[in-house]
Formats: sequence, structure tokens, C-alpha cells
Amino acid sequence: MAETTTFGNATQILEPFRGVKRVTIEEYFTSGHRTCQGCESALVMKLMVKASGPRTIVLGSTGCMYVANTTYYTTPWVVPWMHTQLGSSGSAALGTAAGLKALMRKGKMKSEPINVIAFCGDGGGADMGLGAISATLTHKEYNSLILLYDNESYANTDIQLSGMTPYGANTTFSPPGKVKRLIHTRWKKNMAGLMAAGHPECRYVATVCASYAVEMMNKVRRALTIGGPTFIHSLDPCPKGWDYDPMLSHELGELAIETGIFPLYEVEDGQVKYYGKTKAIVEGRARKPVREYLLKQGRFAHFVEEDLDYFQAKVDEMWEKWEIPAVVPFRRLDATRAALSAK
Amino acid sequence: MAVVTPAAPAATEEDKELLISGSEAVAEALTLADLDVVTAYPIRPYDTVMQAIAKKISGGQLVAEYIVAEGEHSQFEIVKHASTVGARVFCGSSGVGWMYAMECLVVTPPLRVPMVALVGNRALDDPGAFGVEHNDALVVRDVGWMLCWIDTSQEALDTTLIAYRVAEDRRVFLPLAISADGAFLTHSQALTMVPPKSKVDRFLPRYDRGDLLLHPDNPITVAPQANEDWVIEIRRQNYEAMARAVTVIDEAYADFRRVFGRGPENPWFEEYMADDADVILVGMGTISLPIKVAIRELRAKGKKVGLVRLRWFRPFPTERLVAALSRAKAVGVIDRDYSFGSPFGSGVVANEIRAALYNAERRPPLLSFICGLGGREVTLEDVYKATDLCYAAATSGKSDPKTHWLGVRE
Repeated sequence: MAETTTFGNATQILEPFRGVKRVTIEEYFTSGHRTCQGCESALVMKLMVKASGPRTIVLGSTGCMYVANTTYYTTPWVVPWMHTQLGSSGSAALGTAAGLKALMRKGKMKSEPINVIAFCGDGGGADMGLGAISATLTHKEYNSLILLYDNESYANTDIQLSGMTPYGANTTFSPPGKVKRLIHTRWKKNMAGLMAAGHPECRYVATVCASYAVEMMNKVRRALTIGGPTFIHSLDPCPKGWDYDPMLSHELGELAIETGIFPLYEVEDGQVKYYGKTKAIVEGRARKPVREYLLKQGRFAHFVEEDLDYFQAKVDEMWEKWEIPAVVPFRRLDATRAALSAK
Repeated sequence: MAVVTPAAPAATEEDKELLISGSEAVAEALTLADLDVVTAYPIRPYDTVMQAIAKKISGGQLVAEYIVAEGEHSQFEIVKHASTVGARVFCGSSGVGWMYAMECLVVTPPLRVPMVALVGNRALDDPGAFGVEHNDALVVRDVGWMLCWIDTSQEALDTTLIAYRVAEDRRVFLPLAISADGAFLTHSQALTMVPPKSKVDRFLPRYDRGDLLLHPDNPITVAPQANEDWVIEIRRQNYEAMARAVTVIDEAYADFRRVFGRGPENPWFEEYMADDADVILVGMGTISLPIKVAIRELRAKGKKVGLVRLRWFRPFPTERLVAALSRAKAVGVIDRDYSFGSPFGSGVVANEIRAALYNAERRPPLLSFICGLGGREVTLEDVYKATDLCYAAATSGKSDPKTHWLGVRE
């Protein structure tokens, strides 16, 4: 019955892929899924388990990547996979990791680091499952990664708005009409910033976009290597929900970054590190106007100039007024700091 | 600060006798069963079991992952997932806490997860009440949970060991909820025989998830979207598993008696002076105490009254119960639950027994009573009144389907 408090936190050491040619050839998410043409989230699933490798258990909460993606007799998953309830990605990760840890430390199962990844959509993760994810990110003794694939609506149930749907978007719960042009006037939740700021013992939070596939996989590998509970937020263009030609998924992902609407960064042990084109923005490259991104999508087709201006101003605010630009929305403390140092 | 080293377990086959509550008795059983993962969340009265387990872990008697969840929904999901990778798990709740977990309760049986849970029966909100009612546990009666009701600390300990043996039997693989009346059992202490681990090891094998194990060595996909193609077959599998549980429960009790030298011959219900009874009262849980006291008083006055205390509600012991009840001249079912708008407005147990008796060759008059809701004490007067009404029905031979509320201000 001897035990130590440090038992069982070993992880698989997954070195980053140095370029696309070094990426492993094996696939652990293959044919059998039934997602839409141009579905970026299905690509995220494929890259996620490619990055994690075969000694991985994946838990999937209800959403597109369950209902459309994982059908009886045609499962695309090569690694063990299990459904979990809509709001339960956090609990699924925690329970699986705890079960493995208990059995290994009591000698009931061969001891080895097994990756545990639970994924959720924006509805399951940022709306219903927020509490469970938050709890899991405080359980530092269990290794797991929660990956939120954010296609910005409840896309599987007919495109209803979630707490992650952008301001003003046309969804089946926010249809523009003659009297009210904009039904949905809530600004999107800042999920990765929220997770990083709110869970000081969570060692790794990152945002990713599969338009930058190798970097995306490397963030997954970093999260699994560093251990403890970790969180990744992936922005996934969705042809059905966003209403655009499926061939544009990759370009829209890039534009979301280039316009500064979706920043790419990782927070490792409290250190914010921007990467990719977001890093270039931080270092002075001009952000593209948001209209270049918004007007390529039918969900914003009802926008008038006033709406575009509002949207642009809110994104400008993220970069110009936030204490940590595009990450933490507290207003800058320059004046306070100046006053304090003046004393 | 002194370092407390837990004493090495004595190499003895002797039981030790402890003065413990129902909740503490469950924790003793969980320690003996070498529980792997447990999740806690506070709600009275079930949470005393989680306090007792926490002490077992901090005291070194039990090595298990003890996770304090952020709500009952997560509490049940966490152990559900731990069970799928092969861990022996325990959970529990009370009243509206059990309801908060409802989504996770309904997915557990079709996933064939042999979770064992303690329900410290508690009235549902609103208004707030800590006292016992059975409606909380009963809400899962249709979805594949095995349900049993216990009456004493000894039965709490014994039934917990039996619960794992039954739930984790590959022929069953269904979750099992043990119901203990809030306060009356969860918090009341009684002398309880705690067996040595050596005996428990002879009775309770390791949990083997077999080909359903979720592990990289066994890369299966669990619960993919099935729709109309397969769902009815999966429901049918649950139905068969529940039917097989009847045999497994009989076997488990027989084996329990062989190993531990105690336990009932009839797993399904306790019969108290029911053999020759003209009137049989039926109830579940600690209501047996006032009924037994009343029966002794009534017997002294020459009235042949008996009790059938139902232990197992799912699977429901239809044939055995019918055989036991149909020989009476009248049956009175006292429900500590309600089912508004049900046939005759009767409680859940009364209507189950009515249905069970429908095909019986001899159907005694059946009277339905609702009593003791919200934890109100069931008095001897309540039992006498029920008995009087049963005697009147026995004399007339007629069933009055009306539901009688006992001990309630009109």
C-alpha cells in the first residue's frame, strides 16, 4: 500500500514535429465519418490523434464530432474512443485519467503513460460543460487534455447560437428580420483566456487553428507532454454554419488569425507566447480589416456598415485596450503603474 | 505531530463488532472491496458515507482516487468513465442531488457500467426538507438501474458487498443503487459485524471489464451514434441483463451465506410474522421498525398481522412476492413516496404490486397507503389505522382502490 503523492504523473514525451515532412504517416482517425464537405473539425480530430499517437484514449462529448462523426459500424477511430454527455468533457477526461491512475498505482494495470483527450464543441464546452472543464483544470494530479473544437454554433442540431457565436451572426436562433436586424448581440466568450487566467495550476493552455496544421499538432503534443490537466481551443471554420463555399475553410481560418479576431497563443506556466501570424501582429504587422473575413460568410450577409464598424471596434479594443492583448480583457494598468512608480 | 501508522490487519477469520451508522457501514464495505475511484459532492444525508470514506483514505486503510466533483452531474460522469477503464467505483447522492445527476444516471445502464451508488433517500425540493422520501431513487426505476432498500447497518455493509458481486457479474453489468432512509439509517448507529478482508476476497472477485475495457490494448469505440438501426436491440440487451440479474442475485446471497455465515435465505424481501398472517403490510426501508412494533402489539391482541419488507425493487421479485402475498386475506402497501395522477393516486410500490397480482389466481384485496413523507415519523397509530382498514377489506373481501394518506393534517 506504499504510495507517494507524486505517483503516476509521468507523461509520454512527444517531441514537436519539425516540419510537415517529419510528421508521422500513421492515421488514427480514418474513413467512416460522415461530416460535411469542408468540415474543419473532422480535420482537427484527425490531426489531434495523429499528434497524440496510438497510446491514447479519446472521449467525445455530444456534438458534430459525435453525431456526424462516430456512427455505429463505421467508426473512424483507430484509438479507443468513448462518447460522453454534452456537458461532460471535463468529467470524462478526469474520470478516465483517475481510473487509469488508480489501477496503475495499485498494480491492477500495467503502468504506462496513456494520453487522455476529451473533446467538446463550443456549446458542450463553453456553454454547458464550462463548470466541469473548470473543475478538471484544477485537478493537477491527473493528466488530460481537453480540446474544444469551436465551430461557433450548435452546428449538429441545425446551427443554433452558442456563447461562442460571433456578434450578430445569423443562426436559426438569431435570424435577421425586418424589425430586428441583429438578434444575437452578445460578444463571444474568451474561452482560452478564461481557462488560462482562472486556473493557475493548469500548466498549458493554447489556441490553435488547423489552417496551420503542423503547429496545431505540436500544441497538442506539448499539452500532452507537459502533463496535468491542459486545454486547447481550436477555431474551426464550418461551411454549413458559417455559410460559405467548402473550399474556403482553410482560407477563413487564416483570415480569422490575420484579422486579429482569433489570436494564436499558448500560455505555458503562466507565460503568454504568441505564435504564427498572431506573433507578427504583436510585432507590428497590420491586422487585416475584419470585413475581409466577415463578408465572405453568409451568416454576416445582413451586416450593414454600422455592424462592421462595431465589430472592427471591438476587435481593435482586444488589441489596444486589453492588459494582455487579445488574451486577458482587463483594461491596461499603465496609468496605475505610472502612479505607483511616481510615489 | 504524531505519525499514526495504521495497524496491520490481524490475520484472523473473526468478524469484529463495531458501533457504526449505515453510512459508515457502507464505507467499511467499500474498504473491504478495495474501491478504486470514488467521487463526492455534499448533500445531506448521503454525504456521511463520503466523509467516512475520506477518513478511510486519510487513515491509510483504503487506497483510492477520491475526487470532490463540482456537482452531481460530474460526480456520476467521472466514476462512469473510471469504470470503463476497469476501476471499481462508488458514488451516491440524495434527493435533488440525484436529480441533478439524472442525465448521467440514464446513460450508465446502456453503457453496461457496474457502478454502485448509495442513495440516502431524501424528499425532493421544494420546499426544502432533509427527511426521507423514496421518490429520489425511484425515478430511475425504468431505465436499467437495479434498486434495493436496506434497513440496518448490517444490511448496509452486507448489501454493499453483494452489490459489487451482482453489478460486476458479466451476465449483468448494470449499475446498482442502494437506498438507505435518510437520517433513520444513514445517521443511526447500530452494532455491526465487520468481516475480515480474507472472507471478502473469497466472496468478491476482481472487477474484470473484459472485452468492454477502454484501453489502447483494446481499441473499441463505445456508444457511437446508433439511431433506429440498433437502439431497440441495445434496449433489449438491457432487458435481458436485468432478467439475468434475478439468478445472479439469488446466487450471490447463497454464496454470501456460505462465506460469511449470515444473511437472508430470501434475498428479495424480509417476511416478519407473515406466514400465518391474515393481513400483510408491505413497505421498504426503515418503516419496518414501527410496523414490527405494531405487529407485536396487535399479535398480543390476537390479530394476525405480518410484514413483508421489500428489499429489491429492481429487478422486482414478481413471482415470489405474489406467492407470499396472495395467501393473505388483505394486503396493505405503505408507500413512502407518491405518484401524483397515477392509477388510483397510489404510491409507486402499491401500483407495482397491483400489477404483479393482476395475473395471480388468488388476489387479496389491496389497500394503498401513503405515509411518512418528508421524513415524518411513522407512528404506531398510523400502522393501527392501516391495519384496521385492511381488516375491514378482509372481512368484506372487496378492494377499495382509494389511496389513504396516514398521519397527515387534513
